[in-house]
Formats: sequence, structure tokens, C-alpha cells
Amino acid sequence: MASAAKPAPIPGTVIFDGDMAVKGYALNKMCFSFNRAENRKAFLEDEDAYCARFGLSEEQKAAVKARDTLALIEAGGNIYFLAKFVGLFGMNMQDIGAQQTGMSVADFKAKLLAARG
Amino acid sequence: MARIIGGITTSHIPAIGNAITRGQMEDPYWKPFFDAYPPVQDWLEEAKPDAAIVIYNDHGLNFFLDKMPTFAIGAAPQYLNDDEGWGLQPLPPFQGDPELSWHIINSLVEDEFDICSCQEMLVDHGFTVPMSLMFPDQAKRSAIRTIPVAVNLIQHPLPTPARCYKLGQAIGRAVASYEKDTKVVVFGTGGLSHQLDGQRAGFINKDFDLMCMEKIVSDPEALARYSIHDLVRLAGAQGAELILWLVMRGAMSEKVKKLHSNYHIPISNTGAGLLLLENAA
Repeated sequence: MASAAKPAPIPGTVIFDGDMAVKGYALNKMCFSFNRAENRKAFLEDEDAYCARFGLSEEQKAAVKARDTLALIEAGGNIYFLAKFVGLFGMNMQDIGAQQTGMSVADFKAKLLAARG
Repeated sequence: MARIIGGITTSHIPAIGNAITRGQMEDPYWKPFFDAYPPVQDWLEEAKPDAAIVIYNDHGLNFFLDKMPTFAIGAAPQYLNDDEGWGLQPLPPFQGDPELSWHIINSLVEDEFDICSCQEMLVDHGFTVPMSLMFPDQAKRSAIRTIPVAVNLIQHPLPTPARCYKLGQAIGRAVASYEKDTKVVVFGTGGLSHQLDGQRAGFINKDFDLMCMEKIVSDPEALARYSIHDLVRLAGAQGAELILWLVMRGAMSEKVKKLHSNYHIPISNTGAGLLLLENAA
């Protein structure tokens, strides 16, 4: 886990380090299971039972229920595993980029285009 | 003797794989991106490498947090791609080269890089998207022998840029000491700036990317001096993938010649960079 002094935080960024990997282990393990179609189906059929099977914390269960990416990250979710979760609802990285920044998807895409300068 | 005949960098964004599957290469959004690739494909066609060392990161297909190697190298006769959960169509298997893999593994450990060897290894979009971009033709894609090198970019601590550059140098020495006549190309995949997670999602840093595109050619040691934290700050949380480019660059000779380059914003959430390098005489 964290040992060396951590450098200054970067606003809007959670570093997925040992502390977060421990905190998010159950949540990420559930998301990892979504690589398989039968597991995606099982989640969509009975979400509560599926979360219980992986031993999610209350914070994680609430974030899953809300489909709230920022809360999922706060609860220890890693973005690459969360991608498999949001994919269940047809959301891609631009959809959750918009969600996390409080923008419409169109505005989020416009922001990316604006990076051309 | 084996020798490295070229180094190539390319982004490995999954949306590229989807665009290829859907045949969207001529769409206005995609055309400026895909139009940059034929010169590299032509070079590969001409140079006919026997093997490709593909430096990439696994995004939760083969590795989970239960066991997370910092550096893992494939030593399998073939590598399978599989369902990543969110809809990218898996590609047919890729050919391995166990003999060259084991030579590199032996040489790296002798050189004090204590890597993880994998006799079975699923390869994800970080590996398959670059392969599709370099070899659009399935027959050619399945003909070239591959050696996947996976670098941990999921869970901090990530290996430092300096360490990755040195790993590349050690891979270069390993290839140079392989006795079989083999032409090897090295792909450094991923990047450039992007951030997928947090309120900072959508962060792209064009100036930093363009500086990296130049320095990776002329002064890679300048890039190797950054910390991972610097890269996250300057290139976004996933922009730390620049370390994969540094592995590739380390495997090349000190002086290289740039044959082709392209930079395009945005592909999905990312500044996409392409470079084709040859060792300078």
C-alpha cells in the first residue's frame, strides 16, 4: 500500500494505487467478470444478487445502482474495469466522459475537438 | 543474426477497432486518421519483418488485480483475443515465436529485468488494434510472428519512464544476441494524451504531445526523466502510456531516422500519434 510520500494531487484525478486497489477489489472483480457474456446476462437479470455474490460494499452497491461513474471511482473502481460495467448499458468512454464532467455528450465531443486549438 | 529493422508508435484506442469492423475508414471523422497509415503499411510490406515485438498494456482481459505483473512477456505458440465486455469484435489468433520469446526472457533476466513469462496470454485491444492498423490484411496479420510485452498501466505504482526506456534497451540487446536470422519490428502502442476517468475526463494536451512526438525521436532521455506523476499531470491519467513508446525507443539505436509521422486530435478521447522510425546508420 502507499508508503512513499504522495506528490501533490491532480485536480479531478484519482490515482488508482494500492489503497484504491484494495478498496475497489470486489467491485473491480465483479466488473472483470463482465468479460463473459453469461455473466453480463446474469447481472442484468438480477443485479442485486449479482452484486451480493461479489461482496460489494454498501457504497459500491449504491454507486452501481446509480450508474454513477464518479461515485464508482470514489468507491475504488478502476476505469478499465468500469468500462465493462457501463458497457452493459451501451455507454462508451465519451458517454461517461460527459457524465463525469456534467456535460451533454455533444458538448463533451466539442470539448475534445477544441483541443485541436 | 537477428536485428531490429524499425520502430513504430501508434495509438491503440478501441474505437479504431470498431471503425475498422464497421468499415468507417472513409467517414469524415475517421479519414484523416486512417489516411496516415498506408505509408507505414507500405514500409512493412517492403521491409517484410519476420517478427513483431508489441509493447502494450492489458486493460483487464488477461490480467486482473489478483496478480498484476509490472512487465509480462508472452512465450506462447499463439495468442488469442477475446471478448472484452463492451462490444469489440474479437480477432482471429495471432502467431507467436516461443523460441525468440524465450531468448528474450532469458536475456532480460540475465540483464536484471525480472519479468513474468506467460505461456498462455490473451491479448486485448492494446495489442490487436495496432496489429489491425499495421496489417489490414488478415493473411499478413496472422503470418507475422509476435511477441507481446505487457506493461502494467492499471495499478500504481507503474514502472517509471526511465525503467521502461532501460527495458527497451535490454530488449534491443536481447534481439541483437539472437543467432537466427530474423528481422524484427517493435511497436510502441498507446497514447498520446488522454484521460478517461474523473472530473478531468477529456483532458488532451496537444503541446505536450507534439513535444513528445519530437523528443521520442531526437532526445528520448528527456522524456525518460519525467515521473509517472508528471505524465499523469501533463498527458492525463491514461497518457502515462507514453512509457510504452519509451520501451520501443529504447530498443532502437541511439540515433534514429524518422520516416513518417502523424498527429490527430481527437480519436475518441485521445490525441493519436503515429511514427515510423528506422535505426540510423
